[in-house]
Amino acid sequence: MCLGIPGQIISISDATKKLGMIDVSGVQREVNLACIMPEDGNIDALIGEWALVHVGFAMSRIDEEEAAKTMEVLLMLGEAQEEIEAMRRSQLAMEKNG
Amino acid sequence: MKYASEFRDPVAAKGALAAIERVVGEIGATPEKPIRIMEVCGGHTHAIFRYGLDKLTPPALEFIHGPGCPVCVLPMSRVDDCLELAERQNVIFTTFGDAMRVPGTKKSMLQAKAEGADIRTVYSPLDALELARRNPDKEVVFFALGFETTTPSTALCAQQAAAEELTNFSLFCNHITVPEPIKALLEDPYMELDGFVGPGHVSMVIGIEPYRFIARDYKKPIVVAGFEPLDLLQSVLMVLEQVRDGRADVENQYARIVPDNGNAVSIAACADVYERRETFEWRGLGEIDKSGLKMREKYAAFDAERKFEIGYGRPRTKYEEPEGCECGAVMTGRMKPQQCPQFGTGCTPDMPLGALMVSSEGACAAYYQYGGVRTQVESAE
Repeated sequence: MCLGIPGQIISISDATKKLGMIDVSGVQREVNLACIMPEDGNIDALIGEWALVHVGFAMSRIDEEEAAKTMEVLLMLGEAQEEIEAMRRSQLAMEKNG
Repeated sequence: MKYASEFRDPVAAKGALAAIERVVGEIGATPEKPIRIMEVCGGHTHAIFRYGLDKLTPPALEFIHGPGCPVCVLPMSRVDDCLELAERQNVIFTTFGDAMRVPGTKKSMLQAKAEGADIRTVYSPLDALELARRNPDKEVVFFALGFETTTPSTALCAQQAAAEELTNFSLFCNHITVPEPIKALLEDPYMELDGFVGPGHVSMVIGIEPYRFIARDYKKPIVVAGFEPLDLLQSVLMVLEQVRDGRADVENQYARIVPDNGNAVSIAACADVYERRETFEWRGLGEIDKSGLKMREKYAAFDAERKFEIGYGRPRTKYEEPEGCECGAVMTGRMKPQQCPQFGTGCTPDMPLGALMVSSEGACAAYYQYGGVRTQVESAE
């Protein structure tokens, strides 16, 4: 919850609401991209970029190397596993309960 | 070096450790009168133990573990408020999983859920918002918890809920801020700190200016740090060098992630939705001025406190911490976790009595998990 987890933006799902899909170690979910919007407003430019994600919000753009290094530390601390599991469970619960 | 293989760059780590040892010596610190550096962020606490940095650094350097774990500083009365909300008819209470095991005065949210309360853990406040859209006949309340890292997410959700004119979504706001408890600790006459390692991801949101008072008014160094072990060692070294040179500055070791001015969109959203409370209660630290946030009047319709008349703003009953629980003394650095009579016996990560044992970012849980008792200094070879 307190540490951001790195992921790669793979598509834009709702340009108006500034939402896109992000891939975090193979788990994909929708995140809010408002805090990392390019200055020219072209949200599509974010596709392929890496970002630190806090509780479903991309908070900072990072490069791929930084993403890898951050993920390594989070895995070591066990925080990445917790975060990814929370993502997965939340997704499943939403699908199940409707 | 015990954990050498776990360092990405063992040579650099060894160099940083040697430099730390040298500067600690130049300062004249001794194991009896150590130099004391507080790492504010719970994530840093966890990393220090995980990588054994407390054992690799000289005994004349002592890490004091700060209050930077929002779950750990949550008063029991706020958990009670959550339960009261969750047990109402027609309410779906949503929360980050971290808060589920925090003991209230009677029970935790996990226990209440087992007894039938509709409490759901979500990964993101976005999921709570989606639940509100899908359940228009229910009241969906999100437990807005955390420091400046999570505050933008709930602020943006409140703005989105307002834009969609949702009438069944609200936040139970318990957001807290990092700089104010640091100020409170610096005002504490029993607190002897020589400098701070500042939080990385919080600073990514707020920038480094909010820490200026630490250097200017209290003449203490603070260095904002990343999470890799080498980041932490370099930051500690930067703090030590300031102490040695008689400087007190705000420095940014994590500039690759932390812009000096923070994130403009986040800051604007938080300022739009939230304002400071006059005072807010922290478990173990008591009431701290201006340290908590509440929703502004224009977002009253999305404020669970107003909507359900709960929490701050109504008379509160005093509560007692569990007997023998020394979370407060540990939090202020007056006591080490293993000195608490309940540590490892009445209070364990599986059955936490105090909040510092609940989260992996709490000092007690870290001590328990990694045996953070400095029994001997490991050779840095």
